[in-house]
Amino acid sequence: MPLCSAKCGKKAILKRPKTGDAMCKECFFEAFENEVHFTITRAKLFKPNATVAIAASGGKDSTVLAYVMKLLNKKYNYKLKLLLLSIDEGITGYRDDSLDTVKQNRDDYEMPLKVMSYKDLYGWTMDEIVAEIGRKNNCTFCGVFRRQALDRGANLLKVDYLATGHNADDIAETVLMNILRGDLARLNRCTSIITDSGDGIPRVKPLKYAYEKEIVMYAYFRKLVYFSTECVFAPNAYRGHARVLLKDLEKIDPSVIMNIIQSGESIKVNETANMPSLTNCMRCGYVSSQDICKACVLLEGLNKGLPRLGIGKSSKVKRILNENKLKNNSCNINASTCCRTSTGDVEDIEDKKCLCGGSQTIKSLPVDKIMSDKLTI
Amino acid sequence: MEINVEFGGGAELLFDNKKVHDVLLPHKEKEWILGDLLVWLKDNLLKERPELFLQDESVRPGILVLDTVNYVIKPNDRIIFISTLHGG
Repeated sequence: MPLCSAKCGKKAILKRPKTGDAMCKECFFEAFENEVHFTITRAKLFKPNATVAIAASGGKDSTVLAYVMKLLNKKYNYKLKLLLLSIDEGITGYRDDSLDTVKQNRDDYEMPLKVMSYKDLYGWTMDEIVAEIGRKNNCTFCGVFRRQALDRGANLLKVDYLATGHNADDIAETVLMNILRGDLARLNRCTSIITDSGDGIPRVKPLKYAYEKEIVMYAYFRKLVYFSTECVFAPNAYRGHARVLLKDLEKIDPSVIMNIIQSGESIKVNETANMPSLTNCMRCGYVSSQDICKACVLLEGLNKGLPRLGIGKSSKVKRILNENKLKNNSCNINASTCCRTSTGDVEDIEDKKCLCGGSQTIKSLPVDKIMSDKLTI
Repeated sequence: MEINVEFGGGAELLFDNKKVHDVLLPHKEKEWILGDLLVWLKDNLLKERPELFLQDESVRPGILVLDTVNYVIKPNDRIIFISTLHGG
């Protein structure tokens, strides 16, 4: 290996995936951290004295994010209060193990940790959902539920920002996916470094311009402990195709990733394109582009034994929901007992012979109804 | 020729879940380049799912190698493969 290209005089031990530069370990750390700092300051991501929840899964991205945020907060005096927020999806052999890594992060980085579980929020674990829906569309459920779970957690903790570990590869993949699907509304907003989920807590992506390969390299040379098992349900996800395409393109020219992000940022969506306006879900109150939010539709499908209800177009969902409503407009069970036990678990509606099909009570819990002590570990 | 091979970031799962391997490469006429090592690893050390490691004579795009496949391997070299995984 040649000398470090930063001219520090030391021997290079790595080749930067982003630029191809030969570098020594220390100069690579500095370059990586400076770029994240530059991303944060240029976008004016955080106001001083704010509280930031870092969405932590125990994987490489969130582990590096937590480490770098702690380091930069101290080095550049951002004056931020940092804490960790984790979601327990209920995936045996994956999340149970990775939560141990998050607890390690909590101790190593001295940040408070809050865990929210799908079981507590929705009454279903991902294991149970996959048993119902199979392995084809399960990532739709997990993605919709996690997004909402993180927002609910952020609300509960009363933080000012929710920081996620999305990296440059993730964003470039999302741009490609939205183009491939013709989803212009998402294409328009997927490259934003800061997004408002509608309830006032902005989501930010400090690693937006950090390459996945550099994150892995950074974690390796910093000897950060992270959990590296692919989700047991992941291989069938549609994202995989965009990912393979992107990785093949990166091999030809690494700057492809930055170029795709730049294209996504610069594309102006035609005004005649149909852009949904945001409203609040009639059932749970969460921000939604439809009358009933995706999480509540997916839950209704699960609880009625129609797990594929929320998969596909929202116009199809509306039609099915209306048909069900006409069929079942005479629920004769008291609403407080309908379909739910006193503990809040949804029971088998076939056993209960409830005629409303659960639509009266099947919704995600409002934030103030969540028992916060139940969610602490 | 003795070298040291290390797997991380999930790539070790394909190699008996062992991260560090001491490898004795057999003698051959020409020098060993990294590309030769990849094929040798696939034939001798890899335990499962070869498609997750190699793709067209090189490592799959998700695995980091800190040099090119034309690198000439010297005795006692330490070669590290780290997988990048989606998610997390």
